[in-house]
Amino acid sequence: MNTTDVALELRSITHTFGSTRVLDDVNLTVAHGSITALLGPSGVGKTTVLRIVAGFERPTQGAVLIGGRVVADADTWIPPHERGISIVPQEGALFPHLCVGENVAFGLKKRRSTTARTRVNEMLDLVGLPDSYDKRPSELSGGMQQRVALARALATNPAVVLLDEPFSALDAGLRESLREQVVDILRTAGATALWVTHDQDEALSTADTVAVLLGHKIAQVADPVSVYRLPDTTEVADFVGEAVSFNGAVLDGGATVQCVFGTLELLRPHAMGATTVVIRPEQFEITTTNDPLARSVGEVLNTRYFGHDGTVEVRVADGTIATVRLHARLLPEVGSTVGVVVNGKVLAF
Amino acid sequence: MVRTRGSLVTLGLAFVTAIITIVPLGYLLIQSFSKGTQPVIDELFQSRTLTLITRSLVLTVAVTIASVVIGTFAAWVIAMTNLWGRVGLTIAFSLPLAIPSYLAAFAWVSWLPNTAGFTGAFIVLSLVSYPYVMLPVMAAMSRLDPVHEDVARAMGRSPIAILWEIVLPQLRRPIASGGLLVALYALSDFGAVAAMRHEVFTWVIFGAYRAGFNPTRAATLSLILIAAALALTYFESHIRGRHDVSRAGVSARLRRTQLSPLAMSATVVGIAAVLLPAIGVPVISVVSWMQRETSRATDWASVWQASGQSFLNGIVTALVTLLLAFPVAWAAVRINSRIARIPEFTTYLTHSLPGIVVAISVVYVGIRAARPLYQEFPMLIFGQVIIFVPVMVTSLRAALEKTPPALEDVSRSLGVTNAATLLRVTLPIALPGLLAGTALTMLAAVKELPVTLLLRPTGMNTLSTRIWDYSTVSDYAAMGPYAVAILLLAAVPTALLGTLSVVKEHAQ
Repeated sequence: MNTTDVALELRSITHTFGSTRVLDDVNLTVAHGSITALLGPSGVGKTTVLRIVAGFERPTQGAVLIGGRVVADADTWIPPHERGISIVPQEGALFPHLCVGENVAFGLKKRRSTTARTRVNEMLDLVGLPDSYDKRPSELSGGMQQRVALARALATNPAVVLLDEPFSALDAGLRESLREQVVDILRTAGATALWVTHDQDEALSTADTVAVLLGHKIAQVADPVSVYRLPDTTEVADFVGEAVSFNGAVLDGGATVQCVFGTLELLRPHAMGATTVVIRPEQFEITTTNDPLARSVGEVLNTRYFGHDGTVEVRVADGTIATVRLHARLLPEVGSTVGVVVNGKVLAF
Repeated sequence: MVRTRGSLVTLGLAFVTAIITIVPLGYLLIQSFSKGTQPVIDELFQSRTLTLITRSLVLTVAVTIASVVIGTFAAWVIAMTNLWGRVGLTIAFSLPLAIPSYLAAFAWVSWLPNTAGFTGAFIVLSLVSYPYVMLPVMAAMSRLDPVHEDVARAMGRSPIAILWEIVLPQLRRPIASGGLLVALYALSDFGAVAAMRHEVFTWVIFGAYRAGFNPTRAATLSLILIAAALALTYFESHIRGRHDVSRAGVSARLRRTQLSPLAMSATVVGIAAVLLPAIGVPVISVVSWMQRETSRATDWASVWQASGQSFLNGIVTALVTLLLAFPVAWAAVRINSRIARIPEFTTYLTHSLPGIVVAISVVYVGIRAARPLYQEFPMLIFGQVIIFVPVMVTSLRAALEKTPPALEDVSRSLGVTNAATLLRVTLPIALPGLLAGTALTMLAAVKELPVTLLLRPTGMNTLSTRIWDYSTVSDYAAMGPYAVAILLLAAVPTALLGTLSVVKEHAQ
C-alpha cells in the first residue's frame, strides 16, 4: 500500500488499564476509502482501539497516525476535536435536546448558515431521510436514529468514520437490511471506515478488510474470503465461522494429510508430520454407509434444525465428532449410521 | 480518561467547595478541645447529658417508625391501588414536606396547648417527615416487575404472602434510605422541638449558645449529635442490604390492586387520618390566626419587606450553592478517578449536620477568624450554603448523569472542544434538573430557621425570623400574615415542584 493511500495507521499500540493489558502490540493500516472491520469477541479490546483512534484514550505505548500525521505517540497528543474523525456509537447517541437537522449540523462550521443547511439536507438525502430536519430524535425508530447518527458523522467529511457495534441494539431482521444500507451510504460518500463488531457475518459481508483481534493481539488482517478460507491460525478458524479440528499427519511432501477421513488434499502446503486438520462444516456431506465416496462412517449423535439448514453431529471411527452443515430436509435420524463425505481441500496447522 | 486542563481546574474548584463546607466543622472541633479534653469529658458524663441522649433517641426512633408506616401506606395508596385522583393525592401527600416544622408545631400548640413536649414533637415531626419515606418507596413500587408477582401467584402464593415475600423485600432499600432521612431530620430538627419546648439536643444546644456563650458545652453537645448522625448513616448502609434488584428485559407496567368497597372505605379513612392532621391542622390554625388579627391593623409593609428579604436571601443562597456544587457534581460524574470522589464524600459528611450546629460553628468562625463579616449578609449566606450544598450536589449529579458519556464523545469527535461540549451538549440536557434543583434550594432557604436566626445581620427580618420572634411571645395573631406568606410563597411551590418532578419521572 502506498503511504499516501493510508488513512489510518496504528503502530505497535499497547494499552494497559492499571495492571491489565488490554491491547498488545496492535498494528493496523486502513486504506483510503475502504471499510475495515475490526472483528473480535467481547472484552478483547476492540472498543479500546476505537477510543484510542478517536483520542478518548491515550495509548500506553505506540503511535496513531491519521492521514500520515502523528496524532498520538510518546511525545505527541492531538485532542479528539482536532483529529478530523467522527464516531457512530452503539445506539446512535443522538443529542436528545436537538432536532434531527441540528444533530447533523452539530460538527459543521457556521452551522446556522445556508451552506450548512444545504450540507445537512444532502446528508439526510444520502441516508434516505429527506424532510426529517425538524423531527425530534425520539420520533424516529432505532434504525432511523442510526442513519441520522451516520449522517451526522459523515457531514464533516471526516478522515475516518469509526463505527462501534452500530447495530448491536437493533433486532436481527432490521440489523441485516440496515447493514446493507450503511455500507451503500459509506461507499457513496467515499468514506473511510473502521467498523468494530463481534459479529462475523457482519464483518465478512461488509468489509474490504477484516482485522481479527484475539487475545488482545491482531491475529490476522486480510480480505474476508482469505480470513474465512485461509485463516492463519486455528483460533482464527474457530472464531471466524465454525470449524471441526482433529489430528492428522502430513504426507506427500506437504501436499496431503492422512486422517480419519483418509487422505485429503491440503489448501496450502504444510510441514511434514503430526498436525491439526481443520474442516468447515459445509465441506462435509452425509451419505449412505455403502456410498463409495464416503470417507468415513459414524453414528448420528444429534441434529439441530434451523429452518433453512441444519447441523448434524456424527461420531466417526476414532471418536472425532464431525459437525456437518446441510439442507434441513436432509437431516438424518439420531442414532442412525451414516457415511461422511469430505468436499474440497482442507487446512492443516 | 484523558486528563485535560479543564478537568484539573474542575477538580481544584471541587476541592475548594469541599474545604469551604468542612472548615466550620473543623473549627468547631478545635474549639471544643481548646481547653484540653477534660472539660469535654466532664460535659459528656453529666447525668443531664445522658437524659438528653435518651430523650433525643426516643424521639428519633418513634418519629422514624411512624414515618415509615405512614410513608409506606401513602406510597401504596398512590402507586399500587386503583384509587382515583392519583396526581392530586401525590401532591396532597407531599405537601406536609414543604410545611416548615416550626410553623406546623406552632399550629398544634396554639390549638392544643397540652401537646407541648414529646407528644407534640412526635406528632409534628412524623407528619412533616413521612414524605421522605413515601417518595423513594413510591418510585420503587412503580419499578416493581409484575412478572415476579405472576411467578409467585403461579406457585400458589396468596396476595398477602406476595406482599410479604415479594413486594416488601424489594422495598427494603427505599424504606431504609427514606427512614434514614427521617431519622436525620428528627435528630437535627430545631423548629418543631423549639416550638414544643421539648428538651432534646438541638434545643439545648441553642440554649447553651444563648445562655452565655459557653463554646465548650455547645460544641461538645454538637459532637454527640454529629456522632449520632454518622452512626445512623452507617447503620442504614447495613440494613438496606447490598444486593441490587436485578431485572432482565423491558419493564412492564405495574398492575394495581383492585380494592373491594370495604377496603376502599378503610383506605379513604386512612388517607383522611393522615391528611387532616398533616395539612388540615396547620392550614386551619393559620386561618384562625388571621381572623384574630382583625382586632389590630396588620403591618402589611413589614410582611412585604420580610417576604422580599426572604426571597433575596433565597436567591443568593441558591445561586452561590449552585456555583459551589457544580464542580463537585461534575468531578464525581465525569472524572474517572478516586480523588474526584473525595469532594463529594466531604459534602455528604456535612449533610447529616444539624442546621443549629452549622450555625454555631459558622458563628465561631465569624468571631474568631472573620470578625468584619460576623453578623453580616455574606456570613448568613455562607451558613445557608453549607447546609444546602449536599442536596444540590445530589440533584446536579442526577441531572448530569442524564447525559451519557457517549454524547460527549460524539461531540468532541465532531471537532467541538471540551468547554464548548459542556455548553452545547451537557448543560442543555442537564438544564431542567439544574433549574429544579436551584428553585428547590431557593424555597428551602426561604423556610430555613436556625441558621437565619443565628447569623442574620442585626435588624434583618425574614418571614421565618418574624414567625419565630412573634412565637416567643405567643402572639399568634401577629404571626398570621407571615405564616400565610410562607405557606403561599415557599411551602406550596416547593410541594408542587417536588411533586411535578416525581410525576414526570413516573411518566417516563
